[in-house]
Amino acid sequence: MALKGNLRDFTITQLLNLVNLACKTGTLVVEGPADVAKITFREGKLIYAQLDHLDNSLAGILRRSKKISSRQYSILTERAANMNDKELGILLINAGYLSQYDIIDSLQQYFVGIVRQLFTWVEGVFTFEVNTLQPSDKIPIRMDLENLIIEGSRQLREWEQLQQEIPSLDMSLKFSDRPGINIRNVNLSVEEWRVVYYVNPKNTMRQIAKATKLNDLEIRRIVYSLLQAGLIEVIRPGEHPATLPPRAFPKTNKTEQKSLINRIIDRIRAI
Amino acid sequence: MQTVKIVVTGPFSSGKTEFIQSISEIDVVSTERKISLESEKIKSATTVAMDFGRITIDKELVLYMFGTPGQRRFDFMWEILSEGMLGFIVMVDSARPETFREARYILETFRAYAPTPYVVTANKQDLDDAWDLEDMRFALRLDPKIKLLPCVAHDKNSVKKVLLELLYTILAEMEAK
Repeated sequence: MALKGNLRDFTITQLLNLVNLACKTGTLVVEGPADVAKITFREGKLIYAQLDHLDNSLAGILRRSKKISSRQYSILTERAANMNDKELGILLINAGYLSQYDIIDSLQQYFVGIVRQLFTWVEGVFTFEVNTLQPSDKIPIRMDLENLIIEGSRQLREWEQLQQEIPSLDMSLKFSDRPGINIRNVNLSVEEWRVVYYVNPKNTMRQIAKATKLNDLEIRRIVYSLLQAGLIEVIRPGEHPATLPPRAFPKTNKTEQKSLINRIIDRIRAI
Repeated sequence: MQTVKIVVTGPFSSGKTEFIQSISEIDVVSTERKISLESEKIKSATTVAMDFGRITIDKELVLYMFGTPGQRRFDFMWEILSEGMLGFIVMVDSARPETFREARYILETFRAYAPTPYVVTANKQDLDDAWDLEDMRFALRLDPKIKLLPCVAHDKNSVKKVLLELLYTILAEMEAK
C-alpha cells in the first residue's frame, strides 16, 4: 500500500527509522520546494541517493570528492560520454587511476551528504515506491542507517527545540531596547547580518526567510542565536491554552461492571 | 434503565459519523452543518456538536455512542462528551497522513480527560492510498500494547469488530486492576 505524505507530518528521520525497522526495499522520493531527492534502500540499508539538480554521474561525484581534478572530469565527460557509471568505475580501477575503495568512499560520502541535506528540509511531500531500485547503470553501496538516524534525531531535537522557542514564523522581530549595545560591535556571520538587516516589526520571520533565501530551520537557528544574544525580541501573539486537569474513571462495582461489559459484548456479537 | 457510553473521536473527516451510522439501531442524531472554511471543503458537511447513536443491549441496558466533532475549534465539546465514558475509539483516516499528528493530539487530550481504555482504528483501509497498519503504528507513535485495528466504517462487520475489540480491552483492563 502507499506510503506517502508530507514532511510537516513526518520528518526524514522518522522515515529513515521506518525504513530501517521494517527493512524496506524501495525508493523514497522527496519533492522539496527547490529540488527532488531520490533515496533508494534495499532491506533497510541505504544503497543510492541523488538530487535532481546535481550532476549525479560517477565522474561528477568523484570530482566533488576531489578524487579527480576538474580537468580530468572534463576529459572523462567528453571521452567516456557513452559509458555508464559501472563501466567508468571499472575502467578507472583497471587503469590504476583509482581504487575500488576510492570509488565506494566517494559514493558513500555523496549519498550521506544528500541524506544530511534532506534533514534540513521541513517542507515537501514524499512517496515511498516499494521495490523500485536505483537506475541499473548506477553503482549501489550498502550502508546501515543507524548512524544517520542518530544524527537526524539530534537535528530533529534541535528543530523541536527551535520550534518551541519560535513557534511561528508569522511573528515579527524588533531590536531589544538596550541602548548600551551597539550591534556594529557584535561579531555576526554573513547570514546573521542579512537577517538583522530586515529586523523590523513590520516584517514577519517568514518574510525575512523568503527575502534571505533561508529555510525554516535556518531562519529559526539565526533568530534563536540573536535572541540568545539579547539583540532582538520576538513579538509573541496570543496566550497559551489552559490545560485541563485529568479526571478519574468513574468507580463502580467491579463484578457488576464486568457483567455489564459481557452483556454488551453478547449483544454486539449478535447484531 | 442503565445507560453506558462509548465515545468515537478522531480528526476531521476520519469517518466517525459513518462508523456510528453503520451500527446504530436508530438514525444517527447528527449535528452536521455545511462546511464554511475553504480549507476544510473535502466533504460537504461536518459534525459541529456531536453524533448520537444507540444500541439497546437488553431491557435494562442501553449503549450510547457519541461521535465528537473533528475540528479543534469545537473541542470544548470533547470534555463534555468524555464524561463517564466506558472507553473510546480514536478513528484515523489511513489515507490522510496529514491528519495523523492531529489524531495523536486528540488521543492524548482524551487520555488526559479520562484514563479509560481505548483502541485506535485505521479507517478507510479499502482505499488505494491507505497506509499499512505497521507504518501507521509507527507514525502515530502507538505503543505495541495499544490495539490498532483495520476498519472500513461503512461496513457493519468491520465496525462490530472494532467495538468488540474495545470491549475486550475494557474487560482486560478490569481484570488487570
